[in-house]
Amino acid sequence: MTSDFLLSLAQAITKGLLTGMVYGLMALGLSVIFGVMRVVNFAHGELMVVGMYLAWMGFEYLQVSPMLSLPLIAAVFFVAGYALQRGVISPFIGRPEHQQFLLLLAIAILLVNACLAIAGPDSRGVQMESQFDSYELGPLVFDAVRLHAALVAVAIAGLLWLFFTRTRIGKSIRAAADNHMGALVVGLDVKRLYAFTFGVGAACVGAAGALMITIIPVTPFLAAEYTLLAFVIVIVGGLGSMTGALLGGLLIGVSEAVAGLLLQPSLKSMVSFGILILVLLLRPQGLLGKNSQ
Amino acid sequence: MSGAHLELAGVGKNFRGLRAVHDVSFAVPAGAIHALIGPNGAGKTTIFNMIAGVYRPDAGQVNLDGKKISGLRPDLVCDAGVGRTFQIVKPFKGLSVLENVTVGALHRRPNLTDARAAAADILQGLGLHDRRNQAAESLTLPDRKRLEVARALATEPKLLLLDEVMAGLRPTEVDVMVAFLRDLNARTGLTVLLIEHVMRAVMALAAEVVVVSYGEKIAQGTPAEIARHQAVLDVYLGEEEA
Amino acid sequence: MNLLRRLTDGVPSRALWCLGLLLVGLLVAPAVLGKYGLSVLILILYFAYVGQAWNIMMGFAGQLSLGHALYAGLGGYIAAGLFFHYGIGPWAGLFVAVAAASAAGAVVGYLGFRFSLAGVYFALLTIAFSEFTRIAFDHWGWVGGSGGLFLKVDATVNLLNLRGGPILFYYVILALAVGAFILCRLLLESRLGRYWLAIREDAEAAQAVGVPVLRCKMIAVVISAAMTALAGVWNAFYYNNLFPETAFAMGRSIEFTLAPIIGGLGTLFGPIVGAVVLTGLGEIFTDLSEVFHISGIKQIFYGLALLIIVMYRPAGVWPWLADRFGFGEKRR
Repeated sequence: MTSDFLLSLAQAITKGLLTGMVYGLMALGLSVIFGVMRVVNFAHGELMVVGMYLAWMGFEYLQVSPMLSLPLIAAVFFVAGYALQRGVISPFIGRPEHQQFLLLLAIAILLVNACLAIAGPDSRGVQMESQFDSYELGPLVFDAVRLHAALVAVAIAGLLWLFFTRTRIGKSIRAAADNHMGALVVGLDVKRLYAFTFGVGAACVGAAGALMITIIPVTPFLAAEYTLLAFVIVIVGGLGSMTGALLGGLLIGVSEAVAGLLLQPSLKSMVSFGILILVLLLRPQGLLGKNSQ
Repeated sequence: MSGAHLELAGVGKNFRGLRAVHDVSFAVPAGAIHALIGPNGAGKTTIFNMIAGVYRPDAGQVNLDGKKISGLRPDLVCDAGVGRTFQIVKPFKGLSVLENVTVGALHRRPNLTDARAAAADILQGLGLHDRRNQAAESLTLPDRKRLEVARALATEPKLLLLDEVMAGLRPTEVDVMVAFLRDLNARTGLTVLLIEHVMRAVMALAAEVVVVSYGEKIAQGTPAEIARHQAVLDVYLGEEEA
Repeated sequence: MNLLRRLTDGVPSRALWCLGLLLVGLLVAPAVLGKYGLSVLILILYFAYVGQAWNIMMGFAGQLSLGHALYAGLGGYIAAGLFFHYGIGPWAGLFVAVAAASAAGAVVGYLGFRFSLAGVYFALLTIAFSEFTRIAFDHWGWVGGSGGLFLKVDATVNLLNLRGGPILFYYVILALAVGAFILCRLLLESRLGRYWLAIREDAEAAQAVGVPVLRCKMIAVVISAAMTALAGVWNAFYYNNLFPETAFAMGRSIEFTLAPIIGGLGTLFGPIVGAVVLTGLGEIFTDLSEVFHISGIKQIFYGLALLIIVMYRPAGVWPWLADRFGFGEKRR
C-alpha cells in the first residue's frame, strides 16, 4: 500500500520532470526576451500554441513527425520573431509598460484567433508510432514520447547556452542586456541585436511547441494558460537567468504532476500560483535570479 | 519658518560589508549654512540619505532640534521639517512645473487652491514662474535643478538638504542661485546643508565646511581654513593625480 | 452647492454644457432606443464604470493590476450567493461584497507594496491571486463550483432585490458610472489625487516631499477594489449567472483595463471614450463577422483594431480628441 503510493509518487515526479524540461524550454524563450529587452512578452503562450499547431499540421497533412519538423518550425519562428521585433515591437522598447502590454496583447489576440480560424476550436493531437512505447528503469516507467521530448529540450537548451557563451553575436546580446548604454557606446547595433534576441526567444518557444504537441493535444484556449505558465516559471526561476528558467520549468512540472496525483488534476495550477505568490513575496528575484539591489 | 539645529552623532552605514560611512559627527546650528564636500564616492550622498530617512544608520543617530529623526520613513522626516533635493533630479515628469511644486506645498496645506498659490510664490522667487504650465520633463537641466529646490522648499522645511544643485549651472546661474539661497537664509533663518563640488558656491555660502573622504570626516572648519588644510589638500590633489 | 462648485471649478462652460446635454441624453435614452441599442449602451456604461475604477489604481496611482476580475468576481459571487442561499437582497449584500473585495484588495496591495513589487511583478501578483481564487471557486460547492451559480430570471421589477428588465439595470449602471465619474473628479482634484499622481511619476521623490506612499497606494487599491466589486454585483444580477471560469478569468481582468488604456490613462474621460470605442468596434465586428462565418474572425478584427490604436495613438484616443477639439483635459 505505502510502497504502491511511493511508486506512483515517484512515477508522477518523473513524468513532471520530463514535462518540466519542455516547460523550461518554453520559459527560456520568455526569459531571454525579457532579460535582454525588458519587454514582457504577453504573447508567449500564443506563440507556443502556434508552434504546436504548425507541428500538428506537418504531421496531419504531410506526415512529418514533429521531431523532424522542429528545426524548420524553429527557423520559421526565428525569422518571424526577428521581423516582428523590427517591424512592430521596436518602437515600444523603453515605453511605459502598459503600452507594451497592450501591443503584445493585440498580437496575442491575433495569433490565437488566427489559429482558431484556421484549425477550429477542437483539440488537435498527433498519434505517433511511439505513442505507447516506454522505457523501464527498475520499477519506473518512462513514456517514450515524453522522454524524447525532454531530451530534445535539454539539447536545445544546451545549444542556446553555447550560442550565448561561445558566439560573437551571443556575447554581444548579453553585453547589451547588461548595459544598454555601454553597448551603444562601443558601437553594437542594438536594434539588430534586439531583433536577433526576439528571434532566438521565439525559436525557443516554437521548438517547445513542436515538442509539446507530442505530449498533449492543442486547443486555442491553451494559449493564455501557457502565457501564465511561462511567467510563473520564469519568475520562480529568476527572470533573465537561463538555468533559472530550466529549474523553474522542472519545479512547476513536478508540482503540477504531484498536485495532480495528491489532490485533483484541476487543482494543479492552483499549486503553481501558490508557489508564484510565495516566490514573489519571499524572493522576488527568483530562485536563481541575481539580486537587483 | 525658522531654522532647526541638525546634529549627527557617530553615524555609520555599511552596504553588504562595505563601509560607506563610518563614525561621522558634526552639527549645523539653527539658521546656519554648512557645506559637505569630498571626492566622489566619499559617502556624502549616503550621509544625506541617512538624514532624509532613505537609509537607517547602522550606528549613531541623527537629531533635529534634539529629537531623533534617524530611522524614520522619508515622509516622516519631511514631517519633522527636512526638505531635500536629489543629485540625479527626480521631477514628476508628466506633471506641470506648478503641479510639481504644488505636491510639495500640499504637505502643509491640505487645500489644493492654497497649495497652488503657495507653489506659485515659490516659483516666482526662483524665476520659474514663466514656465509654470510647462511639463516638467520639458525643462532644461538648470531649470530642473531649480525645480528640485522649489519643490523641497514648498514643504516649508526647517532644514534644507541640497545635493549638488549647482552642478551643470553656468557661473552666472550659480551666482543667481547663491544669491537666492543667501536671501532665503537671511529672510527665514532656514538651516541649509549642501553637498557641492562648485567651490565658488561653497566659498560664497557656507559658514563652515565638513570634508569627508572614504566615509570618514577628515576636517571641519571655515572655507578659508579648509582651503589651507593639509589632509584636505592631500585628498583633492591625490584625486587629481589619479 | 459647495460640492457643485468644487466639481465645476475651472471647467470651461462649453464643456459643462456638453456634459449636461450628454447626461440628459443618457437619461432619456431608454425612451428612444430599442432593445438592442439599450443593451449596447448598458455595455458601454459598464465598461466605462469599471474602467474608471481600474484607472484610479493604474492611471492615477501608477500601479498596474491585471487581476481586477478578483474584485468583481468576489463582489458578484458574494451578493449572488447571499441572495441565492438566504434571500438576502443585493442592497444589503453589496455591503458584504464591497467589504470582502476591499479586504482582498488590501491584502494583495499590502503584500505587493510591502515587498516593493513594481510593474510587471506586481501585475503578476494580482494575476496570481485572481487565478488562485478562480480555481478555489471551481471547487467550492456553496457557490456551485465550476457548474456555476444561477439566479432565477425574473423580469417583474422589484427594486428591493434588484430584479427587473434591462431598463432597471440601465439606470443602475448609469448612476454608478456618473457617480464614479464625479468621485474620480473629486479625488483627482484633492490632496490624495495629487499624491497619487506624484507616486505614479516618482515614488521616491514623492516620499521625500512628505507623501505617505504606502498609505496612499493602499487607499487607491481599496477604493478601486470596492468600486469594481459593485460592478461585479451589478453584473451578477444583470446576467443572472456566474461561473468561476469567466468571473475570475484573466480575460475579464484584461477587459477592465482596455477602455482606460485605449481612451487615455489617467484622464477622466479616457475610460468613457475607450468604452465607447471598444464596445462600438465590438458590435461592428460582430455584425461584420456574420458575413464571413469563420470562428475567431471577430477577435481578429478586434486585435487588429487594438494594434492600430496602440501603434498610432499610444497615449490614448481621448487626449488626442481633446486636443483636436480644444476640450483640453490633459493627462496630469
